[in-house]
Amino acid sequence: MNEGTAPKGPVERLLGLNAWLVYLFFYAPIALLIVFSFNENDNVGIWTEPSFRWYQAMFQDDRVMGALRNSLVVALFSTVVSTVLGTMLAIALERYRFRGRGALDGIAYLPIIIPDVTMAVMLLVFFFQAFGVLSDLFAVRLTTGLTTIALAHIAFSISFVAVVVRARLSQLDSALEEAAADLYANRWQAFRRVTLPLIAPGVAGGALLALTLSLDDVVVTQFVSGAGSTTLPVYVFGLVRRGVTPLINAVSTVMLVASMVLVGISLGFQRGAEARAQRLADPEAVREEIVAG
Amino acid sequence: MTAPTLADPAAGGPVTPELERAAEKAESRRGLLIALPSYIYLVLLFVLPLLLVFVYSFATRDSTGQTVLADWNLDSYRRLFSSAVLEIFVRSLVLALATTVISLAVSYPFAYYIATRTPRVRNVLLVFVMIPFWSNFLVRTYAWRVILGSEGPVSQVTQLLGGEPFRLLFTNSAVLIGLVYGFMPFMILPLYAALERMDWRLVEAARDLYADGWTAFRKVTLPLSMPGVVAGSILVFIPSLGAYVTPALLGGARTVLMGDYIVSQFLAARNWPFGSALSFAVMFVMLLATIFYFRAGAKTL
Repeated sequence: MNEGTAPKGPVERLLGLNAWLVYLFFYAPIALLIVFSFNENDNVGIWTEPSFRWYQAMFQDDRVMGALRNSLVVALFSTVVSTVLGTMLAIALERYRFRGRGALDGIAYLPIIIPDVTMAVMLLVFFFQAFGVLSDLFAVRLTTGLTTIALAHIAFSISFVAVVVRARLSQLDSALEEAAADLYANRWQAFRRVTLPLIAPGVAGGALLALTLSLDDVVVTQFVSGAGSTTLPVYVFGLVRRGVTPLINAVSTVMLVASMVLVGISLGFQRGAEARAQRLADPEAVREEIVAG
Repeated sequence: MTAPTLADPAAGGPVTPELERAAEKAESRRGLLIALPSYIYLVLLFVLPLLLVFVYSFATRDSTGQTVLADWNLDSYRRLFSSAVLEIFVRSLVLALATTVISLAVSYPFAYYIATRTPRVRNVLLVFVMIPFWSNFLVRTYAWRVILGSEGPVSQVTQLLGGEPFRLLFTNSAVLIGLVYGFMPFMILPLYAALERMDWRLVEAARDLYADGWTAFRKVTLPLSMPGVVAGSILVFIPSLGAYVTPALLGGARTVLMGDYIVSQFLAARNWPFGSALSFAVMFVMLLATIFYFRAGAKTL
């Protein structure tokens, strides 16, 4: 955009060098990890010959597979719930005025700012206290487990989803929704046929962020998980603290590849939705959509 | 759904103030209804827990490690000022500041480089920033544990060169490397956003008025990118100060930071009131830092 203004010569060359060094810094550790996950040797640092030995070991490891299953169950559940709640929150904050809106606006941003250690502490104390009260009142004995992990993940994901969706909503021309109303679309129709398709990239982005946060979380999960309900990151974290093994390299590689696939999906989806949104931003198309509905 | 204050067109009547007020009220009720599920959820699983931790920070701990919600006192807060705790606090603060400064120094030219490419190149370069940004934090930190260990490549290179086995792992430097590696994308993205949004014609205007490259940068580009600097610094400083995974994996017994110190109060030492007070102290510092950054950022604009 500004090839003309960019300083040429030594400064430009230094900037380029810095950029390549940053990429090297970002990718060298990841590349090393992946390469060594295919190492035959029991020792992480010494390369002998390529093999799939550690991947076989990983798939036969019941605890790894159990932790993976737990992670997926928790992530799917918390993503669905936090996406729905977060999107509703974003719409209410961006499009409506109501009593308590200011307070909610503040509360909604706090979970993003607060460090995860504090969030973990808060939820641990909360569940401990809540379970105490429940056992006193109803004599039910509840313990931490997958349910508490999912509840905790939803608690921090709602805000992230809301922020992403709200960014999208604020860019949206509200005239489009008014146009739908003028064309006798009721609220639900206007939402379903105009607003939702237009904010879809934001909703999808928020959902993927919630999914990633849930799949990555160590600290909060460690605090609110019970016996036999560890997720994959918590299990790996425990292993790593005891020492480095090639098995962890293999598990790590799988987790890395999974997050890269998620980035790919997110980028692809955003492109597709962007095109659709552009088409919908054409008033004529909106009218057709509503007439068709 | 911007409040359509029109009365029902089917009624055909004039739009009176009463009708408008009624419509507004209905609209407000609808907004609250849409917000309600998240509102209840956040109050129950965020505000209430936060208040509970606050209450716990004034409670006492009995000899078995149980928290007794009675005999309210300020002992936990007094303990914050003991030299052992202050040492951990200062170490965390210094490391978090160093992480922020290093990230800023590296990310600014990096973001500038990306923002000044052609749109096509820019998008490719950005995707390669997003990949580590979205990748599993634990795994990325673990990679450094392998690299910096005594059998890792760094050590192997020094040994090849005839040196001693070299181990950075379990030192403050290792934690610093891990923190920069983990949080630098949070600096790059807001910086890039600020630089990309900038009106580059202003730089051209400065050059036309005989400003040299450096002056144009200092007087135009830097002030205009300040919102990105502020946002990036906060986004790096806050998680660095509360970091737990990085010091736990790369640090040693003598490099305890606030994050792992708080965790140990809950999971090992079982001193919940003290851990609660520590959590509030960290949050207080973060609040101060955020206010300070925003003030500083606002002043330069």
